[in-house]
Amino acid sequence: MSVTQYRRVAALAAVAGLGLALAACSTKGDDSSSSGDKVTITVDCMPVGSQKELLKDWNADVEAFQKLNPNITIKSVSVGAQCNNPPDFTARLAGGTVTDVFYAYMTDLQQVLDSGQAMEITQYATKDQIPTWDSISKEAKAAFSEGDKLYGIPTKNYSMGLLYNKNLFTQAGLDPKNPPKTWEEVREAAKKISALGNGIAGYSDYSAGNTGGWHFTAELFSQGGQVVTADGKKADFNNDLGKKVLQNLKDMRYTDKSMGEKQLLQWADLLTNAGAGKVGMFVGAPDATTAIVTQFQGKYQDWAMAPMPGQGGPAKGTLGGGEGYFFKKGLSKAQVEAGLKWLAYEKLTVGKGQFDYVRAKPENNPVGLPQPQLFIPGSDAFKADNDLKVANANVTVDDFALFANNPVPIKFEPANAQAIYAILDSAMSAILTNPNASVDDELKKAEDKVNQALAAAAK
Amino acid sequence: MPSATVAPSPVHASHPAPSGRRPRKAPAQRITNNVTGYAFLIGAVLCFALFSWYPMVRGVVMSFQRTRRGVTTWVGWDNYERIFQDPSFWTAWKNTAYFTVLALVLGYAVPFVVAIIFNELRHARGYLRVLVYLPVMLPPASALFLFKYYAYDPSEAGLFNAILKFLHLPTSQWMQSTSMAVPAMVLASTWMNMGGAVLIYLAALQNIPGSLYEAAELDGAGLFKRIRHVTIPQTKLILSLMAMLQVVATMQLFIEPLILANGAGTQDSATSVAYLIYQHGFFQNDLNGAAALGVIMLVVLGGFSAAYVRLSSKQD
Repeated sequence: MSVTQYRRVAALAAVAGLGLALAACSTKGDDSSSSGDKVTITVDCMPVGSQKELLKDWNADVEAFQKLNPNITIKSVSVGAQCNNPPDFTARLAGGTVTDVFYAYMTDLQQVLDSGQAMEITQYATKDQIPTWDSISKEAKAAFSEGDKLYGIPTKNYSMGLLYNKNLFTQAGLDPKNPPKTWEEVREAAKKISALGNGIAGYSDYSAGNTGGWHFTAELFSQGGQVVTADGKKADFNNDLGKKVLQNLKDMRYTDKSMGEKQLLQWADLLTNAGAGKVGMFVGAPDATTAIVTQFQGKYQDWAMAPMPGQGGPAKGTLGGGEGYFFKKGLSKAQVEAGLKWLAYEKLTVGKGQFDYVRAKPENNPVGLPQPQLFIPGSDAFKADNDLKVANANVTVDDFALFANNPVPIKFEPANAQAIYAILDSAMSAILTNPNASVDDELKKAEDKVNQALAAAAK
Repeated sequence: MPSATVAPSPVHASHPAPSGRRPRKAPAQRITNNVTGYAFLIGAVLCFALFSWYPMVRGVVMSFQRTRRGVTTWVGWDNYERIFQDPSFWTAWKNTAYFTVLALVLGYAVPFVVAIIFNELRHARGYLRVLVYLPVMLPPASALFLFKYYAYDPSEAGLFNAILKFLHLPTSQWMQSTSMAVPAMVLASTWMNMGGAVLIYLAALQNIPGSLYEAAELDGAGLFKRIRHVTIPQTKLILSLMAMLQVVATMQLFIEPLILANGAGTQDSATSVAYLIYQHGFFQNDLNGAAALGVIMLVVLGGFSAAYVRLSSKQD
């Protein structure tokens, strides 16, 4: 072979290699298969490597489930510790690379349906597949339904309240057993806590990464307001109630200087500060303490929870949300049933998976938090779960008793919530970072943008 | 379409070509003879086609469509109209232009001055080159987190605020300030990226014949006259090329607002066009609107690049 021929062969081999490499890099749209009795499904939201205990538990559960169901193979996929970082989730959805059974927030229903990626599972979601199905909260099921069609299975729910650091309360001369009940009391307590100095914020709030809008909504609900009109077509926060929310924050930030200098916080930022003992109070769900402890080096003993504060009295509402799993369009009946069986085992069976308190207790995963509360109060599943929880509690149940025993009416998040939250971030960030920002102007700007987004979504 | 004067003909192919010109061969034969070249080329063409050209075409198509319930329909200019009505649209362009201008002043001039200083040095030039290039080796996200948490901390514990306080100067809110957000992004971006530009300028400076400087010195030219009459004219080509690359790169400002301001910043003070595309596409579930904005940006940058090419070819 001449040198030229060698070159030619080498070039063709290189091209062939490139082609093979590209082919190897490409992913099939559907990584699942079912042949005969064997069925394989891909499932996401496997804990990430840094969540060692949770990952170990997940893998053990997959193994145990597959032993119980030898015809089912679960292929687990990790999509980050948060499971649903909105940009990543949108990319997976738009690219059609979601797993067969994929995690989403309750607020994602509209987006998931618009993408055309989810299948209806009404006929499959029954007591036969999920033994506790009839005990699961109707509101949680409704969050994954459109009309009478069910598209997802709820696996967790939450409602918001006021989380506070007991240590800082004591240091500031406040009574941890008597936390603030109103926004006026929150403001007074925040002043005392921030007076401790050392970079401690008496009260802290989000203003970036969609979390600012999320918290604005929660605080608006506490005032008795709503972010969109009942028909979901117009923004409904540019009013006295919306102004009160932003004015409270502005007063705390600039008049009282009780919210700290660092703003533009998103989810991990605030919880990092909370874990470091730099936050006196913030609005959140009980599982925020789980994140503080398992991801941000905080301690359960430091935290307690009260109901959502109201304006001049008890809160008129609190934001409720949660998470669950959708099923990718085009799955076979066997795959859907396998997915439901897995969710029933891992997420919805008392004493198993997420409700395996005996296992969670020594691992320092929280047992005894008042939520998730997926089961209808009074149902058998509710009672069994509660008994198991109380018997294995590793958090002081009393610290959450005020929250659990003083329920506030729950309002669920609106349709297109993430798009609305993204817009409301700007109002929150303006008020928390610019002393000259006008509450009226910021609400008007956000209102215009939300109306535009809702009009576009309705087309 | 090939013109008649260059179209190969059997007559031309069968006769010896005039000196200096190779005879044209039949297309099939040309392909056979150049198969090695085409084979090597195909990889690059495939990569560009798959990862550059196809997404561009797809983006243009998407900008005229809307997807609902998995069904895609044509909507004409709707997405463009919506994007133009977005209150953040003009702010994003204004911020991007401001960043670009500031980056040209700071990020373009500073590396050139640094390169001139390095070029004048007789000792430690190698060490200084490494020192200036080090930030380029840091992953951009890490470099920006350093700025975010240590330099731009708005409390007095922040590095820059501590320095300002030490100097009895007023401190700043940095990324939380509507007036300082863009300059702060330019500063961080310049620190991160100037190493590469310094090395390129330095290479260009070292190609200038020493005899030109000697002649200028003999004519009594001082440092600034030598720079003005020798250095700048001799590096004009690389300077203008770097200017164009700088403008195109800075117009695509994205990671700085994303990390330093956690997004749009205070009252959109850090929003850039590229960030607005990201916000529409991935936070507001408006991928078609994002595609429309992407096309607008493509047109603007394409227009700028075309103008540059036209102007520079006229100058040549």
